Amino acid sequence: MTSVPSSSGSGSWTVALRDRMSRTIPSDQLLPDRQPAYVASWIYVFGVLTLAGLFVVVGSGLVLAMGGSTWWHTSSLGHYVNSVHLWSTELFFACMVIHLWGKFWMAAWRGRRGLTWVTGAVAFVTSIGTAFTGYLSQSNFDSQWISGEAKDGINSIGIGSWFNVLNPAQMLMWHIVLLPLAVGAITVLHVLMVRRRGVVPPLADEEARS
Amino acid sequence: MTTAAARKTSRTPDSHDYPTRSYDLVKEFVIALALITGLSLVLAAIFSSPDDRSITMSGWAKADPADAVATAAGELAGTTTSATYGAPYNHASEGQSVIGLKLQKWGGVGIPINSADLVIKPLRDQSSDPSTTRDLAAWDALSADQQTAAATAYADALAAAPDGDPAQVASGEYGPVPALTQDFLRVAESGGLEGSLTSSGDFYGGDQTRSMLLLSDGAYLEDTAVADNLGGDQWGMMNEVGNYPGQPWMWLYTFWYQVKPFSTSENADTQVWALMMLLTLVLILLPWIPGLRSIPRWIPVHRLVWRQQDRRG
Repeated sequence: MTSVPSSSGSGSWTVALRDRMSRTIPSDQLLPDRQPAYVASWIYVFGVLTLAGLFVVVGSGLVLAMGGSTWWHTSSLGHYVNSVHLWSTELFFACMVIHLWGKFWMAAWRGRRGLTWVTGAVAFVTSIGTAFTGYLSQSNFDSQWISGEAKDGINSIGIGSWFNVLNPAQMLMWHIVLLPLAVGAITVLHVLMVRRRGVVPPLADEEARS
Repeated sequence: MTTAAARKTSRTPDSHDYPTRSYDLVKEFVIALALITGLSLVLAAIFSSPDDRSITMSGWAKADPADAVATAAGELAGTTTSATYGAPYNHASEGQSVIGLKLQKWGGVGIPINSADLVIKPLRDQSSDPSTTRDLAAWDALSADQQTAAATAYADALAAAPDGDPAQVASGEYGPVPALTQDFLRVAESGGLEGSLTSSGDFYGGDQTRSMLLLSDGAYLEDTAVADNLGGDQWGMMNEVGNYPGQPWMWLYTFWYQVKPFSTSENADTQVWALMMLLTLVLILLPWIPGLRSIPRWIPVHRLVWRQQDRRG
């Protein structure tokens, strides 16, 4: 096979993007097999548990999507999958909140990691919106009551015409398409930022330096 | 500033300068995935999930006919919650505001709804019923003011009647309103309301805005919710029916509704939203907020995380 000469410097957008990516996060930082010795506490586990929770939430949601929006009311299997969706959501949030508090007490935004904190906080808020639209899309008594109450909050800030919580068809689209895409994209960005900067060093080391 | 220069000026050591130990990220993720999957499957098998059937208009009309009739009279009189709501449904009020910002009004009427249509439109769809057609013709023969006067008088009379019972209403000048509300009750009991109220009006429904506004204007939905401990002053926004955890992550949003001044404010919704937006902004920008960003230094919980490291140091 004839080797193809590198097109580096030839104005290739592909090469420019690849170079930029490898400069931003070198491959050995993207998926390292070693971590700083101070990464030795159970609190670190809650980040990956949150990520795992997101996978189970999305996976169970995909199964529900195959059956359709009312499948779980009429099928015992569908009801069980809905229960998995509910409980994985509860676990996802529990892990995320512990992860968030852990990072707060570690002041994990130090060392130019401010945007990592920002993406994590935005992921938290976006996840709340995603879960909320799920509660509105249940097509049962809970969603009737929650939507009836929620409309006053949404309407009071002037966005009710565009984000109509009384329209379950619209809320379902937000729940299964728009908001999961947003949560997924922010999560990828968050993880890449963690990999780029590495895990924040102990606070005591910083205090000793200063 | 170059990366090297930035490292020199930063007080935070570079994580890449520390001694390392073997760490299998992929293995950790697979174990975490197995753990969360297993826990979710077990919790789902043990506790299931709530699924109380939705309230139907037929169910409402049969369970609480007096409430359905009173709601219909209120819609015709223009005195219900939705009739006097303001944006995005109508111009009946300015809506809520916060620090002088009339956000609700500025949002505009994007989902125009005439409350009387919530009653009249479903009745017009019953063109095969001669008595309904006759009652509607009598209603149409009245001027707008006469319609409002008759409906308001009947709504007031219903409110004064024992248990709101239409059969015990004092006689008065109500025009065709009592007959229309009975027609409405009959259509509701038959299950014919839902289809007539979907906004598209064609084969495919989906938008329940009109049905939900009508149902919310009655007392039956709220009474049922309060009986399930879901009322606004019962932390209802974050709860679900039964003993399920609901949305505990919304505790702070729900909390404000339980305390003054929000619990007694006419602008509570917009005030709570404004406060939560501010607090969310504080959470997002916390690394740059003096004082708040120093709390982890003042209260050294971090020593629990880096115990071994601190001992070695």
